[in-house]
Amino acid sequence: MGDLGLLALGSPPGEVLDCVEAGLREAFGIPTRRLPGATDPPAAFDPERRQWNAVVVLQTLLARPEADGERLLGVTERDLFVPVLSFVFGQAQLRGRTAVVSLARLRPEFHGLRPDPELLARRAVKEAVHEVGHSLGLVHCLDRRCPMALSLGLEDLDFKQATPCPSCAALLKGGLATSGRSERLAGGYP
Amino acid sequence: MRARWHILVVDDEETMTESLAAWLREDGYTVDVASSGREAIEKAKQQDYAIYFVDLKMPGGIDGIETMMEIRKLRLDASIVVITAYATVDTAITAMKEGAQEYIVKPCHPQEISLLVERIVRVKNLQRENAILRRKLTRQYRFHDLVSKSPRMAEIFELVREISSQRSTVLIQGESGTGKELVARAIHYSGERGTGPFVAVSCAALAETLLESELFGHEKGAFTGAVAQRKGKFELAAGGTIFLDEIGDISPKLQVDLLRVLQERRFFRVGGTVELAVDVRVIAATHHDLGEAVRQDRFRDDLYYRLNVINIHLPPLRERREDIPLLAHEFLERLSHELDRPVTEISEDAMRLLVDHPWPGNVRELENAVERAIVTCRTRTLAAEDLAFLRPIEPSSSAAALPPGLTLQTLEKQYIAATLERMDGNVKATAAALGIDRSTLYEKLRRYEIPRPGVLVRG
Repeated sequence: MGDLGLLALGSPPGEVLDCVEAGLREAFGIPTRRLPGATDPPAAFDPERRQWNAVVVLQTLLARPEADGERLLGVTERDLFVPVLSFVFGQAQLRGRTAVVSLARLRPEFHGLRPDPELLARRAVKEAVHEVGHSLGLVHCLDRRCPMALSLGLEDLDFKQATPCPSCAALLKGGLATSGRSERLAGGYP
Repeated sequence: MRARWHILVVDDEETMTESLAAWLREDGYTVDVASSGREAIEKAKQQDYAIYFVDLKMPGGIDGIETMMEIRKLRLDASIVVITAYATVDTAITAMKEGAQEYIVKPCHPQEISLLVERIVRVKNLQRENAILRRKLTRQYRFHDLVSKSPRMAEIFELVREISSQRSTVLIQGESGTGKELVARAIHYSGERGTGPFVAVSCAALAETLLESELFGHEKGAFTGAVAQRKGKFELAAGGTIFLDEIGDISPKLQVDLLRVLQERRFFRVGGTVELAVDVRVIAATHHDLGEAVRQDRFRDDLYYRLNVINIHLPPLRERREDIPLLAHEFLERLSHELDRPVTEISEDAMRLLVDHPWPGNVRELENAVERAIVTCRTRTLAAEDLAFLRPIEPSSSAAALPPGLTLQTLEKQYIAATLERMDGNVKATAAALGIDRSTLYEKLRRYEIPRPGVLVRG
């Protein structure tokens, strides 16, 4: 599957990055390493929407020299969007080399609730596993407990577990046979 | 199961197409993109997409509405979702009027797109299942080229199975268009003679002398124009079945000749001196009441009894109305394919019209009506308007049947009220049955103060 480089964009909390790194290792069993931090790419900022364009962030990550040798996951505090959607928790190139996760809407305080660092870290891990899963070729899983299930809100995200369901794990192990990949049934967890 | 659904995203902004396509691909769909209306139309010509996301505002000559209209011409089944950055009611209404199934205003909440696509795909899955079930149902009620779920027809199918391997003569009676020849073919092809020839002769189509020669053949020089020896239908049907349609119309002389063939299975060619033996099963059919013709001495009783060894009476379509939806769908599927018209459904109103029509021409008339409606239908669903040519049959045109002293207006009022009642108060179907448009019907209902069933009248 190749190595995975974890890149802080801006200044996300170190504890969250530690959890994400450990979570990715547990979920996929691939070597991960922390890269030196970088700033959020200014070109990604959309002044009208006052949000950051996830597609531009991915393009910026792809232009980095590390992207030649390994997969890159950026973690940012910025609120991300893609042009057709009002926001995204994260974005990845399907079967590509880059992915990004935003912590902005994963924070309880974004929704007027009391800060909860542990909850933030748990959410960040699941979202990171989801986006890296896409970059490894997995599409949305029908099992709502699988981190590869589509999260349309935080309730969905909180319901998920942090490691891929047996069905998605088997697909990864089998090198993701393209036919029937998305046709598996829900109910992967025992 | 999502990968089988192909989606086309059409937008001139690359970031927009790519981000929406990426979102849908992550959901497991197979997605193509087009950066202009022209490119989208070309792609739609090459492939049938289940859903089209079309941006309304596109430069380059063809905007979103035009693109959508062109796609709908090519793919009547396509579900089109219009994307607009301008949340004006006008553009949305125009888009929906031109056939868009849904519209989204960008940027939209992720949940909106996911639910929308899921909703469309669910409907498409149901449509697909419906088509499969309908095909299964038709197979269940199919017997050779006959389709029926009527208990009377089921008994006939059973009888056909029982007699198919015998050589006994069969007389099939029934009104024109009830499928007499299809039953004859079913008898032939179900039995051991199925590998032999099936030869059909329409006795009403030929003059007496020609029919004689047609049936029995002729020797060279038997009559003017008989320049060579020719085998008749009886000889051609050897080892198989001869189907004598409209047997009630043959002349007294031919009745005698036929009686002899049925009794002895032997005959002479016209002008011939050598008697020929033939192994052939005879199936005769008529729309006349042959028993009555015998009573009136227009048909030989001995021939009638020879023919009537096994009698099958086919009911007219109006006596097995339960078959009309089944037959209508069967014809729709076959004829829309043959005529290359993408009409796949029949609306409820249209089906009610079909079921209520008296069908004096029976199944053949129903088939012709479906064909005519397919040709004029402009959408994928046959509507009541497409069947407006099915005028209700007047009970009687004779003056005696009408009560005296009625004004034309009273007559019109009564007739409209009766038709409305027959159509269960459905204005659309009533207007179609009366051959007038809905606004005219509403006007007449108002003028004559005809209440609609279930509608409260202000008093």
